[in-house]
Amino acid sequence: MRGLLGFFGTRLVRAVVAVWLVSTVVFVVMRLSGDPVPLLLPPDAPHSEILRVRKDLGLDRPIGVQYAVFLGNTLRGDFGRSIHFREPAVTVVRGYLPASLELGLTAFALAVVAAVPIGLLSAVRRNTALDHAAMGFALIGQSAPTFFIGILFILIVSLGLGLLPTGGRGDWRHLVLPALTLGAFAMASIARLTRSAVLEVLRADYIRTARAKGLAERLVVAKHTLKNAALPIVTITGLQFGTLLGGAVVTETVFAWPGIGRLAVQSIYNRDYPVVQCTVFLSALMFIAINLAIDVVYGFLDPRIRPR
Amino acid sequence: MASSIPVSVPADAVALAAAEPHPRGRAMPWTARVGVAFVLLLAVAGAAAPWLAPYDPTRQALRGRLGRPTLAAADGKSHLLGTDHLGRDVLSRVIYGARVSLVVGLSAVVVGGLLGSALGIGAGFRPGWIDSTIMTVADAQLAFPFILLAIGIIAVLGPSFPTLIVVIGLSGWVSYARILRSQVLVLRSREFVESIHALGGSVARVVLRHIVPNVLSTIVVIATLELARAIVLEATLSFLGLGIQPPTPSWGGMVFEGREYLDSAWWISTSPGVVLMLTSIVVSRTGDWLRDVLDPTLRGE
Repeated sequence: MRGLLGFFGTRLVRAVVAVWLVSTVVFVVMRLSGDPVPLLLPPDAPHSEILRVRKDLGLDRPIGVQYAVFLGNTLRGDFGRSIHFREPAVTVVRGYLPASLELGLTAFALAVVAAVPIGLLSAVRRNTALDHAAMGFALIGQSAPTFFIGILFILIVSLGLGLLPTGGRGDWRHLVLPALTLGAFAMASIARLTRSAVLEVLRADYIRTARAKGLAERLVVAKHTLKNAALPIVTITGLQFGTLLGGAVVTETVFAWPGIGRLAVQSIYNRDYPVVQCTVFLSALMFIAINLAIDVVYGFLDPRIRPR
Repeated sequence: MASSIPVSVPADAVALAAAEPHPRGRAMPWTARVGVAFVLLLAVAGAAAPWLAPYDPTRQALRGRLGRPTLAAADGKSHLLGTDHLGRDVLSRVIYGARVSLVVGLSAVVVGGLLGSALGIGAGFRPGWIDSTIMTVADAQLAFPFILLAIGIIAVLGPSFPTLIVVIGLSGWVSYARILRSQVLVLRSREFVESIHALGGSVARVVLRHIVPNVLSTIVVIATLELARAIVLEATLSFLGLGIQPPTPSWGGMVFEGREYLDSAWWISTSPGVVLMLTSIVVSRTGDWLRDVLDPTLRGE
């Protein structure tokens, strides 16, 4: 039990350090990126007005003080007021978050629901036409740039066949193409890994034993293989969920999807520091939390790795 | 996972493993041959672009805008891949675009490879605070949607070739560092390294003469896989308007420019996009093959 606690403790400390490093990098990059005040005011604003706004935003204080204030506020979940939207950054991001969650969760669900059976089938029917076709598609999904997958979907499905809208958020038909685009990489990776994990297990002695005692092939796969192949699949599935956050930036831009990825890109162009800090920090926090959760699940599933 | 224990792969062991009968054999499969041929073709096309490209890639011809791919257009000129919204020849731009992709991609791989290898070998060789600092930074970087950081840095410094190369290079150092660290950890406790220490060999000598040659094949494998990633990242940044700036032709930028004309002139986006996709697939496939031949223990990293 001590070993287990120690394992989780180390992971937790690492996660906290990672969150701190991420927020520091965000602070440094955003402060390097120039003065936002001229963007806020008309070009003929008097100098006194510029100074007043800088003071309001705390930009006139020493950089060390700004950093300390920033860390304290971050801990309380306060990222300041959006320069562009003129309301608290957290409120702005919260408004865009549901769209991103809707897209991200749909993409993730699509990826897992499709990829695990495909990978399993590919492994069981190894070297058949089905296996080659599935793995060929997986290779394309893993290597092709997300933005071009999106463009191809728009070109073929929306413009060519006229089946689905080209962008924006609305009913389920608006969701299909962005979700497929965003999920493509995860789907491909999970399918490939599921295939190799299942193949690995199928070579094990206990599978030969199960077959030798006359167990039906279906039961061999269902009872002995999937359970033992689950560990690596759980790991990559969690990791892929994290990479969806990065892919969302591109996908949301291609499909004009009103989520936090597109918000982050636009806020960078607007030099809207508070919103950028908030989106990046939230994304990193989600990513780190997911990784921590995977480690914990892993620790419970596989006793061998606990002592570390 | 930091808890996995990778097996060391000294150069002699690789040779032994390769000598054993292997289901795939040592011969290059046809996919890898096609891949290498394709990359060479791209490199030649990029290098010889001024002679190969049928037209000047930036010359506009407003009367021949959005021309369909054709061998003989109305103005008596042939545009194999059509013309774009400014009447520029798409084929010529795709050929010139290969230059940008390969120059940025290869340079970024050199930057990331040198940095990541140095830090990874350092971390493996000097356990303690150096090691934990490097690995914590690596973890933090992996915990970060890097594309956001890249966009932020480029927005600050302004898009240019050097900025792009450094940013894309920085995005890739972690894979080298993590994998090399684990290999060096094992190597440094092996007899041949310890005996050189005992004989009074300096650290620099041990690292340069004995560690680096043993991890070189690993570096080559990671670098190939990283090249595919670097090319895609450059295209993605150019697509978002943060990479190579117009009028210099880059594949990502061309896909972006053609986006508004998808329903009337699909070839503007599709031509560079398909070449980009093929390049990425072919390079990463070559990387997979190199890994299987040079360093099978890396599978699954």
